[in-house]
Amino acid sequence: MKNEHSKAMIKTYLAVFGALAVLTALTVMVSTLHLPRVPAVALAVLIALVKASLITAFFMHMKSEGRLIAGIFLASLFFLLVLIIPVIIDIGF
Amino acid sequence: MSSLEATQNQTGIPNGKLGMWLFLASEVMLFGGLLSSYVILRTGSPNFGMPARELLGVPWATLNTFVLITSSVSMVLALSAMQDGRIPAFRNFMLLTITLGFVFLGIKSYEYWHKISEGITITSSLFGSFYFTLTGLHALHVIGGIVFNIYVLVQGLKGKIINPDHPDRLEYAGLYWHFVDVVWVFLFPLIYLI
Repeated sequence: MKNEHSKAMIKTYLAVFGALAVLTALTVMVSTLHLPRVPAVALAVLIALVKASLITAFFMHMKSEGRLIAGIFLASLFFLLVLIIPVIIDIGF
Repeated sequence: MSSLEATQNQTGIPNGKLGMWLFLASEVMLFGGLLSSYVILRTGSPNFGMPARELLGVPWATLNTFVLITSSVSMVLALSAMQDGRIPAFRNFMLLTITLGFVFLGIKSYEYWHKISEGITITSSLFGSFYFTLTGLHALHVIGGIVFNIYVLVQGLKGKIINPDHPDRLEYAGLYWHFVDVVWVFLFPLIYLI
């Protein structure tokens, strides 16, 4: 029973690894297209966010953690956005 | 193992795990402060000169990205092996994780040497300052992660503190190592690709 469970987990881990590798290749390929600045930054950050979410959800097991740990992490993300967004608005990006 | 019977508390979460997540949340702010000042100066300052793309060493940095994501998957496979009691597999995956950590640092050192010989130093420009501060802080975290990983490898083989019934500390080392990977996932595009 325990073995069956871990076999499924290992498959998930390898699938996540494949997705991370594909996304890394994708972000490098997009950067060679020399898109205008705003879409280039938006795409790079979007791909990085997807990769980071995959690592957090599956490798760090955030998917199966309770509310407290998710809350701690979301709180730090909130303050990170406080650092970035008001200043970006101020400098008129 | 009284220290590991920590689930009987008010939070219902082992103290070690809660502590590690709180620490990682503070690390988000540490890297977040630096990274956001980089983003803001770069978007807000007309004088933010970027070196030519060829000087950035994108292929090496891409390779390093693959090195770190591979080490992350081998770390989580090491935890899975330990939980199943497959100790030889645990040992091999941990050795792979630690080796890839050193490979990352090796490539990083080569990159530093290359950049410094091209005249990009921590005092040469705004970009140089941010490049060496951000990647240097990240490299220090990689070194810290390698030390933690060597500790859990040794303890996992001894089997007293870390064993299939108590893989807790191995899991915490994994959380830290994956976080270091997550930081790189943001540093890589923001420094090298944009």
